[in-house]
Amino acid sequence: MENNKIPEIKLTAKDFASDQEVKWCPGCGDYSILAQVQRSSPDFGIEKEKMVWVSGIGCSSRFPYYMNTYGFHSIHGRAASIATGVKLANPDLQVWVATGDGDLLSIGGNHFIHACRKNVDLKIIMFNNKIYGLTKGQYSPTTDKGTVTKTTPYGSIDWPFNAIKLATGSGATFVARSIDREPKHLQDMITRASKHHGAAFIEVYQNCPIFNDGVHAHVTEKDVKAENTLVMEHGKPLVFGKNMDKGIMLDGLNPKIININDGNLSINDVWVHDEYDDNPTRVFLLARFTDIPGFPVPIGVFRQFNKATYNEDVTGQIEHIQKTKGVGTFETLFAGGNTWEVQ
Amino acid sequence: MAKETELIILDEVTVRFAGDSGDGMQLTGSQFMDTTAFVGNDLNTLPDFPAEIRAPAGSLSGVSGFQLHFSSNDVQTPGDNPDVLIAMNPAALKVNLKDLKKNATIIVNTSAFDTKNLKLAKYDSNPLEDGSLQGYHLIPVALTQMTMNTLEGLEMSLKEKEKCKNFFALGIMYWMYNRPLDITDKWLESKFAKKPVILEANKRALKAGYNYGETTELFTARYNVLPAKLKKGKYRNVTGNEAVALGFVSASLKAGIPLFLGSYPITPASEILQELSKYKAYGVKTFQAEDEISGICSAIGASFTGSLAITSTSGPGLSLKNEAMGLAVMTELPLVIINVQRGGPSTGLPTKTEQADLLMSFYGRHGEAPLPVLAASSPADCYWMSINAAKIAIKYMTPVILLTDGYLALGSEPLRIPEISEIPEIPVNYRKDPEGFYPYLRDENGARPWAVPGTPNLEHRIGGLEKKDVFGNISYEPLNHEIMINNRDKKVKNVVNDIPDVEVKGLQEGDLLVLSWGSTLGPIHEALRRINKNGPKVSHVHLSYLNPFPKNLGEVLKKFKRILIPELNLGQLAFIIRSKYLIDVIQYNKVQGQTFKSIEIENEVNRLLGGKDGK
Repeated sequence: MENNKIPEIKLTAKDFASDQEVKWCPGCGDYSILAQVQRSSPDFGIEKEKMVWVSGIGCSSRFPYYMNTYGFHSIHGRAASIATGVKLANPDLQVWVATGDGDLLSIGGNHFIHACRKNVDLKIIMFNNKIYGLTKGQYSPTTDKGTVTKTTPYGSIDWPFNAIKLATGSGATFVARSIDREPKHLQDMITRASKHHGAAFIEVYQNCPIFNDGVHAHVTEKDVKAENTLVMEHGKPLVFGKNMDKGIMLDGLNPKIININDGNLSINDVWVHDEYDDNPTRVFLLARFTDIPGFPVPIGVFRQFNKATYNEDVTGQIEHIQKTKGVGTFETLFAGGNTWEVQ
Repeated sequence: MAKETELIILDEVTVRFAGDSGDGMQLTGSQFMDTTAFVGNDLNTLPDFPAEIRAPAGSLSGVSGFQLHFSSNDVQTPGDNPDVLIAMNPAALKVNLKDLKKNATIIVNTSAFDTKNLKLAKYDSNPLEDGSLQGYHLIPVALTQMTMNTLEGLEMSLKEKEKCKNFFALGIMYWMYNRPLDITDKWLESKFAKKPVILEANKRALKAGYNYGETTELFTARYNVLPAKLKKGKYRNVTGNEAVALGFVSASLKAGIPLFLGSYPITPASEILQELSKYKAYGVKTFQAEDEISGICSAIGASFTGSLAITSTSGPGLSLKNEAMGLAVMTELPLVIINVQRGGPSTGLPTKTEQADLLMSFYGRHGEAPLPVLAASSPADCYWMSINAAKIAIKYMTPVILLTDGYLALGSEPLRIPEISEIPEIPVNYRKDPEGFYPYLRDENGARPWAVPGTPNLEHRIGGLEKKDVFGNISYEPLNHEIMINNRDKKVKNVVNDIPDVEVKGLQEGDLLVLSWGSTLGPIHEALRRINKNGPKVSHVHLSYLNPFPKNLGEVLKKFKRILIPELNLGQLAFIIRSKYLIDVIQYNKVQGQTFKSIEIENEVNRLLGGKDGK
């Protein structure tokens, strides 16, 4: 089985840092994501040489150069496809994809949904800054409607993608969200994704200080973040707020924000989060919170479950055929079939 | 009592089966092919079918054909013009009549010549009655009717019974050409093992057709084509697409590394993906991707991880793969892109053949992105060129384009099955030693090391950004870029050391040289064989390696006054030859979705020779 060998010497974050100078803009949220990945990596329980980072194009996609692992900085949008080839060729490798909202959801959308559908064992971290940074400030498929960018001088008229809904709807078996400014939480999400078997997707809210500064301020700024962030934990009620006095109650299929201390309703009326829910309906309800004004942004694991991974089935089918029909050799390649002898 | 028939020995015959695309003509043709191969003829086949899976029954656009050329001599083409046509309905007759030889034999299914079908085929009067087939040897057979009669009493629907008529026709052909029934019987037994009634019906129809030939007065002669003198060995009939699949499995076994195919279905290349999906016992991994781009990108990922990685496609897919090919050039990873050329541009003629992707193969990528280009020349050659492409890709750590085309992909001929010792060595040296390792170090061939993920202490990063020579970190230094461009270019030029010199067939110098490439070898070879029958007049060079060209090509070309380049495009090889060798060439181009007929080449060469003689 993969991923269960413990290296003899416990590695540290430093072991995962390459000798390359990191060249993101000062203040970029990518620094935090890189740091959290490097800090978490020793806990993945695999040898360093078995970790592969694949990326596409964009600021986020420089990521592999800064990791002292095998890495492949590829072309725009195609990281998931290249990563799939890596994983299929050697299922013992742990394959990560570093990508952005433009790379993954725009030009790479097709590859993303199919990797999720097939449940390829990839760990995809999408840095969502809701903007094209490397090309200097055009709107992206996650840019909020109305946002003024270089290509939307009168405000964006596009409806944005909800990445959590897209990943869930496409069949990802581990779906989570975190924030660049929540290092501990982010490390936890990364480590948990590393242990998952199947298509894992983490959306990380990441700030671009140059082209979309403060786009996530409502969940990162001290004075407001508690009111706007809902930390989901398995088996615990969905409560939030500075005083943890607000809860989410399900009224049929309608989520409602309630005050658990007002005497009418209590903590017992609050929706208890179930990560292993086999019905994705409630995941979509949670995912919608970011589309409903006044609702908090859920962070944590929306859902995780196990089903056969694509790479396991590819290998399994080959093993089965080789067991039942024998391992093919050059001699058997032409045997049988319509052959004839010329003397 | 058998009637008296004459047995005539023939050197070669070309037959064409034609009917509705639902009439099973491809199947009938391939059965005739298998039996013909077993009796020892050399052969070459070509299916011809519409892009529509089921065009309206009886219509001209729905006609599907299968042509087969068999001989007691060496055969290199499916034949210019059929000697025999089996026409299952009026549309099949109308579409194919113009291709037939004078005095050709036409076996028609008279049951299908009713008012409705005649109208669908746009016949004003019945050609069987109006004298328009004078000059042909017409054999009218009520195929449908007789099949129905034969199958009377079997528990099948009328429609199912009617479907057996192709086997009745096949039975007649087996009688006519003196072939045994048992090979088709055996095939039927395995195919319909679980459908005993269908099995019985088809066997009965086949036998009844054979007996009909034997007893009816319509046939006055039978023909025999004696076995060809093929090289000793075991043979198997292959289409070009099957040969590509077998070639890469062989290369994988020889190299001792697993084969990975990332691909997306596209006509006429899909069979490569279909075939390779069967070879799981050989550890072959096939990934049917969500699109062409993912097909090649998954292969690039697998190549990075140490597999023999390939991707298969046709024209539109090659266009889509161009960016990723540039990535493979930049990251210097071994990869074979098999492009089964079809009529373009755009969707073009999906089921037809063309050689018009040569310039895209040479120059299709942005930036300076050279890569080796190879082309197969016959269905069986697809096997060997696949192995050669794999060898070059691995040895030089480079993507390679292997060009075949619709004509090769779907056409077939016998492949002599080699011993594994006949397969060229494909050494694989994964880098293991961390001592002195850098990702862009180069060996004596100019290739960088193949250090695959999972190898301890060789962790490194590659990517599409320009890299520092030797060390492999990102580098924007002006001079370094030029050095790396030259490194990659030189590496591809070094491939010349691994390819054979061209061989001039005929006089080594003189007036006229025909220079060809790819799938047109067959018709050109046949044409020149006739032209040079009474002594060498016209020489011939055929190219299997296009980038780089063989070392001696320039020298050879300069020994001839005139060079004729026949191509199924508007002159793409001509363009490259002119620019590379600064010599002029004579173009002979055809872009009709079909390959050359050997007579066309013969006429063109004769025209050039005649011109010289002042005739």
